[in-house]
Amino acid sequence: MASIAEKLADKQQEISVGEFFERNKHILGFDSLTKALVTTVKEGVDNSLDACEEAEILPEIKVEIEEVGDREYKVAIEDNGPGIVKRKVPEVFGKLLYGSRFHEISQSRGQQGIGVSAVVMYGQLTTGKPTKVRSKINEKDYANEMKITLDTKKNEPEVLNEEVVLWEGKEHGMRFETTVKGLLRRGKHSVFEYLKNTAIVNPHAKIEFDRDGDKTVFKRATDQLPEKPEAVMPHLKGIELGTLAKMAKNADRRTLKSFLKNEFSRISYSKAEEICEEADIDPKTNPSDLEVEDHKDILNAAEEVKLMSPKTDCLSPIKGMLIKKGLKNVLKGNHPEYYAPPTTRDPNVYSGNPFQVEVGLVYGGELEKEGPVKVLRFANRVPLLYKKGGCATTTAIKNIDWRIYDLDQKGGKGMPSGPAVILIHVASTRVPFTSEAKEAIADIPEVIDEIEKGLRECARSLRTHLNKEKKRKKVKKKFTVVNDILPMIAKKSAEIIGEEPPELDRSLTKIMGVVYIEEESSWEDGRCKMEIEIMNYTPKERDMELFFEKPYPETELLSSNVEPDHEGDHLEWKIEDLEPSETRTFSIEFDGDLEKDDLDGTDIYIEGVGETKLIGAEPLPEDWDIELTDIEEED
Amino acid sequence: MGDKENKDRYEEALESLENIAEQFYEQLDDGEVPSMDIPTRSKTNIELDRRKGVWKLGDSTTNRSANNLKSSRMLLRTLYMLELIQDMIEEGKSSTLREMYYISEGWDKAQFSKQNQSDSLAEDMELVTGALREDFKLRPEEDGARLIGDITVEEVNRKGDVRTINCRDDVGDSGYTIPYNVESDKVNFSDVNVDFMIAIETGGMFDRLVENGFDEQANALLVHLKGQPARATRRVIKRLSEEKDVPVVVFTDADPWSFRIFASVAYGAINTAYLSEYLATPTAEYVGITASDIMSYDLPTDKLSKNDRKALEQELEDPRFDTDFWKEEIETMLDIDKKAEQQALAKYGLDYVTDTYLPEKLGEMGLM
Ligand SMILES: Nc1ncnc2c1ncn2[C@@H]1O[C@H](COP(=O)(O)OP(=O)(O)O)[C@@H](O)[C@H]1O
Repeated sequence: MASIAEKLADKQQEISVGEFFERNKHILGFDSLTKALVTTVKEGVDNSLDACEEAEILPEIKVEIEEVGDREYKVAIEDNGPGIVKRKVPEVFGKLLYGSRFHEISQSRGQQGIGVSAVVMYGQLTTGKPTKVRSKINEKDYANEMKITLDTKKNEPEVLNEEVVLWEGKEHGMRFETTVKGLLRRGKHSVFEYLKNTAIVNPHAKIEFDRDGDKTVFKRATDQLPEKPEAVMPHLKGIELGTLAKMAKNADRRTLKSFLKNEFSRISYSKAEEICEEADIDPKTNPSDLEVEDHKDILNAAEEVKLMSPKTDCLSPIKGMLIKKGLKNVLKGNHPEYYAPPTTRDPNVYSGNPFQVEVGLVYGGELEKEGPVKVLRFANRVPLLYKKGGCATTTAIKNIDWRIYDLDQKGGKGMPSGPAVILIHVASTRVPFTSEAKEAIADIPEVIDEIEKGLRECARSLRTHLNKEKKRKKVKKKFTVVNDILPMIAKKSAEIIGEEPPELDRSLTKIMGVVYIEEESSWEDGRCKMEIEIMNYTPKERDMELFFEKPYPETELLSSNVEPDHEGDHLEWKIEDLEPSETRTFSIEFDGDLEKDDLDGTDIYIEGVGETKLIGAEPLPEDWDIELTDIEEED
Repeated sequence: MGDKENKDRYEEALESLENIAEQFYEQLDDGEVPSMDIPTRSKTNIELDRRKGVWKLGDSTTNRSANNLKSSRMLLRTLYMLELIQDMIEEGKSSTLREMYYISEGWDKAQFSKQNQSDSLAEDMELVTGALREDFKLRPEEDGARLIGDITVEEVNRKGDVRTINCRDDVGDSGYTIPYNVESDKVNFSDVNVDFMIAIETGGMFDRLVENGFDEQANALLVHLKGQPARATRRVIKRLSEEKDVPVVVFTDADPWSFRIFASVAYGAINTAYLSEYLATPTAEYVGITASDIMSYDLPTDKLSKNDRKALEQELEDPRFDTDFWKEEIETMLDIDKKAEQQALAKYGLDYVTDTYLPEKLGEMGLM
C-alpha cells in the first residue's frame, strides 16, 4: 500500500482523488468491466475476512449480485464481523486510503487493495449512485445505516442520510450495497472463481453467493480459526526509501539512534550506533531532520552492517490438513483420486521480509485430463486471478521436469499437463508483487526456490501415490488369485491325492503382503453411511489405528458398529490383534446436512502400517499431531 | 509286451503326475506359495550330448508360482489336466490335443484361451514328469506320415488284435499310415527287408518315387516327412534305425527351411529338445538336394528371398549346423543366391530322379 499512498499524498495538492483514480484505474483493479466487478467483491470480502479473524469470529459472508440495468449491477456484501463504530463508517467508506497501515506490518489481506472506499468511488463515478452501509456492533444495539458518497476533490466522505434500524437475526456485522458498472462473467476471471478460490484457502469461512437468485454455498469445512498473524516492526533491510522517509518524518523519537532501535525490528542500541557510524550520521540527529541523502545512506549502511534476520514466526500459514479440507470442499464433485499431503515450508526471508510458501496438489478422478494442469495462486489467502504468465508460481512450476513425477510435460519444459490442480500460497508481511496492481508475484530467487521445493515435495508424494496405484492394480489382480484360484488349487490338489483341502491363510498372506483398505459409501437425504474394510493380507498379526476425518465440524456421528476411541473433528479407532487374513469392518453413519460427494476414501488414514504395505488409505499426515495436542489442551 | 507292461507305463506316468498335485498340497499345508520348476525351453538352453550326437535341453529352469494371476492359472490348469489324464487312463480313452483344449471349456477359471497354451502345458508336463504325452493319452490331431517298402509291421488295433501288415504288399498307393503312438505296445517291426530308408520332404516327390517303383528298384523304404515331421514319424525313423539298423537318408528341397527339417530328424528340434534322445537319429545323412547339386545338375532355381538369406545366416550360428559339410553347403547357397525344389529334377524327365539323380547320389554314399 505504501507506495500508492505516497503517490497519492504527494499529488493530493495538485490533483483531485477523482483524477487520481481515473489515471490509476489499472493499478486499482478497475480497468475492465469484468475486473471491476471482481475487485468490488474482493475489496468487500477481504475486509470481512480480515475483520472476522481479527475479532476471532468464524466468518459467514454473503455476496449478492443483481443485474439492475445494462452492464449495471447491485452488489451487496454482508458479514457477521465486529462491525464498524458509527463515526468511523464514513471514513472507511468515503475517504480514500483511510485505513492503510503504515507502521504496522503484518500478513493481512488488506495489503492487496486500495480499500473499500475505492469501490464506493467507482460506483459513484460509473452509476452516480451512493453506497448504502449498515453496521451493527452489539447484539443489543440497533444497527446504523447510511448512504455515503465521496467528495472527489477533497477526498472527504459525504453522508447522505442516516438511519437507525433494527437488524433482526444479526448479532453484529456489516453490510454494504453499491451499484457499479460491470460485466458478470463465468470462467477463469469471474467473481465465482474468486469466491471459490477464497473458500479453498479459508476453510473456516462460510461463503454464500447469490447471483440473481441463483445460490451457491461454500460450507465451512473447519471451525479452527487461523492463527492471528502477528504485527511486527519493519526490518530496515527490506524497507523502501519512501517508507523510511515517511516513518522518519512522523517519528515520535527524538534521536536517530532511538528511532532505529524502537521502530525497526532486530536493531539494538549498539547496532543502531553501528548503522549511524557506517552512514556517517550523528546518532543524536532528530529523525525528522534527515534529508533524502541521509535516508539513502541509512539504507546503504543497513546493507553493510550485519543485522539479524527478521522474525519469521509472525506469519500464519493455512497448514496441511486445512489446505486439504479447503481443496476437498471445493473439488469433491470431481472425485479426485488423490490429495497429496500439502506442504508448508519453513518461513524464509527475502530482502528483509519474512515469507512462507505452501503447496497443495490434487490429482485424478474426474479432473480435466486435457490441457495444462490448473494452478490456483494465492497471496496472504487472497486468490490471484490475473497475470499468471508473469508470476513466480508459474516460473517455479516450469522449472521442474514433471516427467520424473509421472506428469506429462512436453520436452520436460513449460507447464505440465494432466488431471491435476496445484495450489500455491505465499504468505508474507510484504508479498513481493510484480507491480502495484498486485496481481502476480515477482520472480524473487528465494521465493521461486521455496515454491519449487514445496512443489517437489507434493510431486514426490504424487509419484509415490501413482506407484501405489499400480501396485493396487496388481494387488487387485491378486485378489482373483487368493479368492478364486488358490482355493481351487487347494481343492483340486487335495482331491487328486485324496486329502481334505489345506488351510490357506498363510499362503494367501504371503502372496498379497499388504494391508488392504476398501471403503464404500452410500448417501440418502443428508445422511451418509460408510463401510470401511481393513484386511490384513500380511503374514503378521498387526496393531494399527484408523482415522477418519469428518468433512464438516457439524458432521455428526449417528452410529458406529465399533465405538470410536476418540471423536472430534476426526474419529479414531485402535485396532488390535488383526490376524493374518482377518478382515475388520467399520460401519459408520453420519448426519449433518451432508451431500452426496462429502464422504470418500480420501479421508481415511492408517497409522502403524508401513507406507509400502498400505494399500487403499494414506498414512497419517505429520501435521495431524498438532490437532491432537490442541484437543488435549482443551480437555 | 503284454497288458501289464502297458499298465505299468501309464501307472508310472500317473504317479509322477500325482507327485505334482502332492507337491502343491504340501506347499499349501506348509503355508508356502505353491510353485513348480519347469526346465526352460529356449535356444539358449540346449546343449549337445556328444556321446549320443543329439541336442538336448540344458539345466536352466523357470519357476512357475501362484504368486501372480497368470502363473497361478497355469498351476490350476496343470491340476485339471492331470485329473483329465487320470480319468482317461482309468477309462482307457485318449484325446487329441485339440479335444483337450475344448474339454477345458468346462474347467471354470482353468480354461485355456488358446490351443497353443494347452499344447505347451502338455509339453511342460512331459518335461517335468519325464513321461511322454502318449503316456498321458494325449495325441496330436494330424495323422502320421506314410511308409512304403518291404517291411512288415505288427500293429495292435482298436480291438486289441494284432494286425500284420506288409508295407509294400498289403497297402495301397498311399502306403502305411503311421499312427500317433508308435511305441512297442502299439507298433512293432517284424520283417525288415530293405537296405536303407529314404525320408522325403514333399508329397509330390514321395508319390513320384512310389509311381516309379523306387522302393523295389533300390530295395528301399520310402518315408514321407510331410514338411516338418511329426513326433511319430521321427520316432519310427529312430526305431527302425536303432532296432533294425536301417541306414537313413533324407531327401529334401534345397533351401534353408529344408536344412532345418534334416536337422530335426538328425539332431533334434529346439522345442522338443528334451525328447531328442528319443526322437533324433544322429546317423541320418543328407542326400540332397544340395547347393552344389543345383550347379552340377543345372537345376531350375528361384532367387533367395531376404528371409531365406536371414535363415541361412542364422544357421551359420546354429550349433547344430557347425560341421564342414553344412558350413560349405550354406555358404555355397548364399554365394549362388539360389534355391531349388526337389521336383526341379523333372526338367530332365519324370524318371530322371530314379534313373539318374538318386542312383548317382546314393551310389556315392555306398547305398546303391
Ligand atoms: N467489514 C468490515 N468489518 C469491520 N471492519 C471493517 C470492515 N471493512 C473495513 N473495516 C475497517 O476499515 C478499515 C479500512 O478498510 P479499507 O479501507 O478497506 O482498507 P484496508 O483493508 O487496506 O485496511 C479496516 O482496516 C478495518 O479496520
